[in-house]
Amino acid sequence: MLIKITKASDVKSSEITPRPLFEARRNFLQGAAAIGAGAIAASLPLPALAAQGDKLPGVVKTKWTAEALGEKDMPTAYDSVTGYNNFYEFGTGKSDPKTYSQRFKTKPWTISIEGAVEKPGEISFEDLTKPHKLEERVYRMRCVEAWSMIVPWVGIPLGDVLKRFGPTSKAKYVYFETLVDAEQMPGIRRPVLQWPYKEGLRIDEAMNPLTLLGVGLYGEVMPNQNGAPIRLVVPWKYGFKSIKSIVKIKLQEETPPTSWNVASPREYGFYSNVNPKVNHPRWSQGKERRIGEFFKRPTLMFNGYEEEVGQMYAGMDMKKNY
Amino acid sequence: MSPDTRIRWVFKPIVWVLCLAPLGWMGWLGYSGGLGANPIEYINRFLGDWALRFLLVALAVTPVRGLTGLNQVQRFRRLLGLFAFFYVVLHVTSYVVLDNFFDWRTIWEDIIKRWYITVGMAGLLSLIPLAVTSTQGWIKRLGKNWAKLHKIVYFAGAAGCLHFFMMRKGFQYEPLIYAGILAVLLGWRVWQNMAKKRKHRKVAA
Repeated sequence: MLIKITKASDVKSSEITPRPLFEARRNFLQGAAAIGAGAIAASLPLPALAAQGDKLPGVVKTKWTAEALGEKDMPTAYDSVTGYNNFYEFGTGKSDPKTYSQRFKTKPWTISIEGAVEKPGEISFEDLTKPHKLEERVYRMRCVEAWSMIVPWVGIPLGDVLKRFGPTSKAKYVYFETLVDAEQMPGIRRPVLQWPYKEGLRIDEAMNPLTLLGVGLYGEVMPNQNGAPIRLVVPWKYGFKSIKSIVKIKLQEETPPTSWNVASPREYGFYSNVNPKVNHPRWSQGKERRIGEFFKRPTLMFNGYEEEVGQMYAGMDMKKNY
Repeated sequence: MSPDTRIRWVFKPIVWVLCLAPLGWMGWLGYSGGLGANPIEYINRFLGDWALRFLLVALAVTPVRGLTGLNQVQRFRRLLGLFAFFYVVLHVTSYVVLDNFFDWRTIWEDIIKRWYITVGMAGLLSLIPLAVTSTQGWIKRLGKNWAKLHKIVYFAGAAGCLHFFMMRKGFQYEPLIYAGILAVLLGWRVWQNMAKKRKHRKVAA
């Protein structure tokens, strides 16, 4: 065409990730220092039309840094974090989510807040996230299959978000649902699990300072295969608890159903806290393979977050409450 | 060229190359970075997949011969069976060396506590006497008993399919497809057996 009519969604050249930053992803520790130094303290709204891979502005560093984890827990390579995923709605192979989610539509995105809250209703992704500062949290991620990664998430504390909606005294649990869309998600046609994907947390687990609503990783907008545009991050539990592509959050009195528990109650409990002393019926949970490493390493109680979360389970039999 | 020469110098070499192709493919993936973020898991699963496939192909030889009347396919049965054993050995080796790096304690615990590994190990062990007795010498030595011994391969096929099925999370079709193929291949033999018995009864009457 003779006249180029730019759409609002066209990427301006000023928004394209600078090449040196793009190439420095693998030397993340150096890159992280650069981002931290340049971070702006005041909150900036999430660019309303940001697409996966776009840089997120105004991300604030927290105490959960790569340096705090140390040399033994270096951030996992970007290609591994975004290319080795369990997101069965897009297929059960580890590379399926990346392959089949490229056209996944993440805008517009609405989340329904329901149940035991003073202000239920539908809210857009932008309105849900805008009032909060984007934080960078470098967390361990431990899959129930006994592999693990270190992921530099970008997100907002779930507790801060929930408080805005005024949970009532009946709010004992938080229930989450993922989008189910047979047209965009080829894996939905297979009854691997009962769709939509469901997960849940106890209210104190949801309000714990560690619990994050993730909107990005490695300083960029969340890639589709990692659960765009918004997902849960609960680092002390097995990865399947960190539900992706959330469309519903409901506060309720009863224990919510969770997909893997429904599929296999003996193998996947409601809590699913990372626990090397409680094995999966079919495999041991004592060790894990850190992606990128050859030798297996011992699994840590609560995935190394015992200090932050241990008190929530004091006095509970961890074998019974698996 | 006689049919025998053709089999020995044309078709068998071709089949050898085809049987080694998966290994070559895996080598290429390793070289080109195509093994993904968890190469140890990829290699182990890849070898396991091909072990089971070769086992099923070997089990398909007799039914194919029965249905087509092509007696020459029987000449490839040992070759295919031994390649199945070869891939099973590689699969277990990758488990011992790559996945656990000779951590015998963990491996032993896996064998006695993790049912799918118990079943897998049983499958491997059952194939060893079959591999050992695959030679001409042993076929002569065992005579009629050779065929009886080698019926163990049915157990190995079942163990492999069960091992595969028990390993997956959630309800997945792939292991069921393999089990289905095995059921058809074993079912054909059951059907043949029943047909033979019916013939004998008729003759006896």
